Amino acid sequence: MMECCYIKEVVKGFFSLCTGMRVTMGNVFTRPATVQWPRESAPLPDRFRGHIMMLADDATGYPKCIACTSCARNCPSQCIIVTGKKPEGAKKKMADRFELDFTKCSLCGLCVEICPVGALDFSRDYALASYTRNDFTTMDLLQELGSPF
Amino acid sequence: MNISLLSVVGYLVAIAALVGLNAVILVWLERKVAGHMQFRLGPMEVGPHGILQTLADGIKLVSKQLVIPDEADKPLFLLAPIVSLVPIFAAMVPLPFSETVQAWELNIGLLLIIALGLLNTLGILLAGWGSNNKYALLGGARAVAQILAYKIPLLICVMTIIMMTGSFSLRDIAIAQKDTWNVLYQPILFIVYIITVTLETNRSPFDFSEAESELVAGFHTEYSGMGFSLFFLAEYSYMFIAAGLATVLFLGGWHGPWLPGVAWTLIKIYSIIFLMMWFRWTFPRVRIDQMLSFGWKILLPLSLINFIITAGVLAL
Repeated sequence: MMECCYIKEVVKGFFSLCTGMRVTMGNVFTRPATVQWPRESAPLPDRFRGHIMMLADDATGYPKCIACTSCARNCPSQCIIVTGKKPEGAKKKMADRFELDFTKCSLCGLCVEICPVGALDFSRDYALASYTRNDFTTMDLLQELGSPF
Repeated sequence: MNISLLSVVGYLVAIAALVGLNAVILVWLERKVAGHMQFRLGPMEVGPHGILQTLADGIKLVSKQLVIPDEADKPLFLLAPIVSLVPIFAAMVPLPFSETVQAWELNIGLLLIIALGLLNTLGILLAGWGSNNKYALLGGARAVAQILAYKIPLLICVMTIIMMTGSFSLRDIAIAQKDTWNVLYQPILFIVYIITVTLETNRSPFDFSEAESELVAGFHTEYSGMGFSLFFLAEYSYMFIAAGLATVLFLGGWHGPWLPGVAWTLIKIYSIIFLMMWFRWTFPRVRIDQMLSFGWKILLPLSLINFIITAGVLAL
């Protein structure tokens, strides 16, 4: 009886080892999960939340923002500064300064939700790095857009 | 038997080149195999597919300071990596790569390799003792404690092959397998041999003497720079010798169709080394008592029964 169990154990153990080796050899022939950043990058999810960015009006190329300051007032971290004035001859106000303190921002998205004209959105820019924190304490979101002033 | 000084120097240089090149390739291969078995890529940056990674690491290791602990036994501490590495140069001598490529035909080549293989353990023990470090000492003690559990089955394996061939000469053993490889006669013995050499070369799942999750780095905890890399060199060279011995004992040495003998020998050697790497990245480390009971209760009876049956068949 004992001998039977012993031999059974040995044979069973041997085959379980073979199973393990089959698994690792299977891994060798599977595509590696590694993404070789920065030469290649993984696809971003659709709902990725980067820092907020200002959208431009398609017709004029100016920022859509009407400087209502809803975003600044609703921001729980108080990290948005907006000021605005009327361009010459225009009826509506437009933002002349829109600064984000990204060091405080928690990416909650309240500003994006509250904006009455849909001027804000999350950017897909995640590769942020700088030698000085000042680059992030006052991020000028209007910089890349046209300006009426 | 006339040996000129020139040929001795030639062989030494060739063996040294082989040892170095082998380690460079194997370290890279090990990391590649490890990577791909874990869905990773392994080294990719230095050279195409990271092939020059080991060279870069080697240069780094050479340029590092060799730190000797305050309370260490200095002569032994410095001697240990050398004791570990030097026997390899002698153990490579009787290894035949083909009918004609062999440093020196020895009629007891097999015994020489088995005996010199033991010196590796001496090196580990010296390192463990000389470091004056509890982890290192434990690693050294473990290396010595496991010798008996694997050496006896290993020797019985080798004895069976010697009995079948009637010669201690590796060349004769390889020539005797011209038509049929020994692995076809002795498949179980081949498995036992592979397990015992995995034990002998201190490789996972039996890497007790360096068990990084238990003993930091075991016997080479205190070694830095070249001291450490000599141990590394020794480990990979012992793998090469163990695989070379397996090739000659079981896989017919240089015999094979189409390709020249040296190519066949190297293909077989590196296949067995790949098998050992495959073990390492598949199996978790066993406990030392599990390994001892495995050695005494399974490997020893298996190889003994095989020995007796082979003796019986040969007597008929």
